[in-house]
Amino acid sequence: MTDHKLTDRRTLLKFAGLGMGAAAVPGTLGAQQTDPVAQTGANPAPPPGGHAGHAMAGHTPAPATDSAPAGYMFFDTEEAAFVEAFVDTLIPADELSAKGSELGVATFIDRQLYSAWGQGRTMYLQGPFVEGTPEQGYQSALTPADIVRLGIAEANAVVRKTYADNSFDTVTDAERVAIVTALEADKIALEVVPTPVFFRMLFQLAMDGFFADPLYGGNKGKASWKLLGYPGVGEMYSDKIAEWRNKPFRVEEPMSIQDFG
Amino acid sequence: MAVKLPPVDVVIVGSGWTGGIVAKELAPTGLKVVMLERGRFQDTSPDFAAPQSHDALKYSRRLELAQDLSKETVTFRNDASQTALPMRQYGFFIPGTNVGGSGAHWSGLTWRWSEWEHRMLSGTVEKYGRSIIPSDMHLQDWPIAYKDIEPYYDRFEKVCGISGKAGNLRGKIQPGGNPFEAPRRNEYPLPPMTAAQSMVMFEAATKNLGYNPFPIPTANCSGDYVNPDGVALGQCHYCGHCTNYGCEANAKASPHFTMIPLARKNRNFELRTNSMVMKVNLDSEGKRATGVTYVDARGREYEQPADLVVLGAFVTGNVQLMLHSGIGKPYDAQSNTGVVGRNYAFQSLGGARVEVPRDTFINPFMGSGALGTWIDDWNGDNFDFGKAGYIAGGGISAGQNSGDPLNYHPTGPGQPRWGAGWKKAMADGYQHSTGVGFQGAVMSYRQNFLDLDPTYRDAWGRPLLRVTFDWQANEQKIIAANTAICQQIAAEMSGKKASATPAPGRLIPGRRFSSVPYQTSHNTGGAVFGDDPRTSAVNKYCQSWDVPNVFVLGASALPQNAGRNPTGPVGALAFWAADAIANRYLKRPGRLV
Repeated sequence: MTDHKLTDRRTLLKFAGLGMGAAAVPGTLGAQQTDPVAQTGANPAPPPGGHAGHAMAGHTPAPATDSAPAGYMFFDTEEAAFVEAFVDTLIPADELSAKGSELGVATFIDRQLYSAWGQGRTMYLQGPFVEGTPEQGYQSALTPADIVRLGIAEANAVVRKTYADNSFDTVTDAERVAIVTALEADKIALEVVPTPVFFRMLFQLAMDGFFADPLYGGNKGKASWKLLGYPGVGEMYSDKIAEWRNKPFRVEEPMSIQDFG
Repeated sequence: MAVKLPPVDVVIVGSGWTGGIVAKELAPTGLKVVMLERGRFQDTSPDFAAPQSHDALKYSRRLELAQDLSKETVTFRNDASQTALPMRQYGFFIPGTNVGGSGAHWSGLTWRWSEWEHRMLSGTVEKYGRSIIPSDMHLQDWPIAYKDIEPYYDRFEKVCGISGKAGNLRGKIQPGGNPFEAPRRNEYPLPPMTAAQSMVMFEAATKNLGYNPFPIPTANCSGDYVNPDGVALGQCHYCGHCTNYGCEANAKASPHFTMIPLARKNRNFELRTNSMVMKVNLDSEGKRATGVTYVDARGREYEQPADLVVLGAFVTGNVQLMLHSGIGKPYDAQSNTGVVGRNYAFQSLGGARVEVPRDTFINPFMGSGALGTWIDDWNGDNFDFGKAGYIAGGGISAGQNSGDPLNYHPTGPGQPRWGAGWKKAMADGYQHSTGVGFQGAVMSYRQNFLDLDPTYRDAWGRPLLRVTFDWQANEQKIIAANTAICQQIAAEMSGKKASATPAPGRLIPGRRFSSVPYQTSHNTGGAVFGDDPRTSAVNKYCQSWDVPNVFVLGASALPQNAGRNPTGPVGALAFWAADAIANRYLKRPGRLV
């Protein structure tokens, strides 16, 4: 029992230290957004321990370096082009963030589909596969990877037919918006993958790639976290929750799991 | 062919709260006790070390600590006319796995149920007569009164270091607490947690409306704490990574560090992980358990003989094991006979979105699993539900759980779901929206039940458990009434007119129950405790009527569900049953009733 308690105390103290020195910047919601992608790679990784990543007052922190994507593991070139165009349509570049592909969202999706989850390792995939009621939920033999792979092939076939042999990545921006809108509204019929299943899967993956910890290859420069004012995964608030009540608590540089070395 | 192991005195199936409590209570008796856990070994360090333990994708989305659905799941249908189909990916509930079970990654709301919630049948009949109870509703009292279980609630609260404010201390109503609370002998072990912005707003709004807000009793410690067993719990960090996550600070009470290490200090206790129990073995007459058969990680099969078997799996696991083993008569809805699988209930969860003024800041990332403020004014029998036209009600609350953007990036109704406009709306909404939610009671019915699926099998070839469940008229009324009250409170909080838009992702009043969105893991029933073997699977000590050397613990014993979380009763009942086993059963093995 003694050992047990000591271990817990050490764990507590070790992690408690990581929360120290975080500077909160009040009242800056939405203000002074910098281009997080421009910063990516321009700064060295924080030293082991990651404490330096937490800004001291008046000090501009070094953002974590997100490793550059080393190509795709799962996607072929057509799929990669489709997904990059898709995430750039959902997450366009503007003053709030860079576009999805530059934020690593397509890389995130590629890695997820190649993972055990993407390959259906955590799903119940025994038959028979019978279409049920909406209340019974997903009832297909398709894994997330199958849904995206087959769905892209089918969607691109429809796009080629409709847009003079252009694929989704070569149509205009306005046409892309129209196609995504039609997919979302179930106005484009696909043969094997039901359109809502395909759209929801790719939509959810794009959202996850935008918001998940940069550890997974997306959300580069913690772009979405900065956009929302999310302080990252390392903050602890037991001594802040009362003090900051009804005041926007912000840090200059949100901390990702990677930043802790 | 199973390898036969040397016999032991007691086998405990599952290492969650119920199994953990029984293990800790029985290990000092000197009996040889073996605990079988289907999942792997885990402990606070290194498994829940931060910051890795704050990985939202891994824990809250991919559900790292949940049962592996590829091996076992449930099938679902709304009614007996449908063909049940498997839950292929996670939906309405998330049962845990690994050491600590669901107790390692729960939220921490720890209630004593109200006095009425222990005697819903008698309490209802006394006030309204029998005619208020629909003919298909299986309303049942607990076989024990609140005063019998009160000392065990007290023990569980002290183990967990529950943070809260007493509302009823030995019959005296206390300011700041829940005035509807059942009388308690002691204050909570720790004071309430620090309120977040949404809670302050909820408190003011509900007071304005004439309700009685109070802090939710939580197993997230408001301060450092050493429990009566000498186990240290840390202060909650309000880090916003709680529900579905393990806690690096041991601030969220879990059996993996409060119960299991204490049991393991006894040489006669053994924890075997990666041990999936297939069935309880019975003698040739089916009157006595001879042990269990389980499979290890490699797929090797073992027979573990034992004199006493304690089932401490999840609700679904307990019922499934009883049905696979032939313990108790399976429930048949058609003839309304049998008991195993009878009285399955769930819970309704809904609410309203609150858009707050732009000079108000929520800081949604400051939160914990159970951080919230609650009203009980529309719950239990604290109001005239007969006049409202239904039985029981719901608890209503606001709080802050997690602002991790992976799961929380709210925008208002009618806002775009993607594109530049969406990004703008989201950047605006993150600090300026919150919610009011309700947790509705669900009664038990003839037509809502658990049995074995005729088609789908688990990884070991056993039939999956089949869930047949739908909202009935009573529950639809509770959902509609509580949604309206949430909207009233939301309007008061935001200073705007009540919006008719329910909180997204949850249930919509008037619709059938859907197994698709996650709602709560608060399943109840299926192996109900009671005084009558025709309507209960286990007696008041959670002992099987038919196979007296089998005890079945947990929320499977609860005859119907209340409008609040069940972990308090689950913990208290485990202490109650462990007491009966240690002090009565072991002295004279046999039926205790």
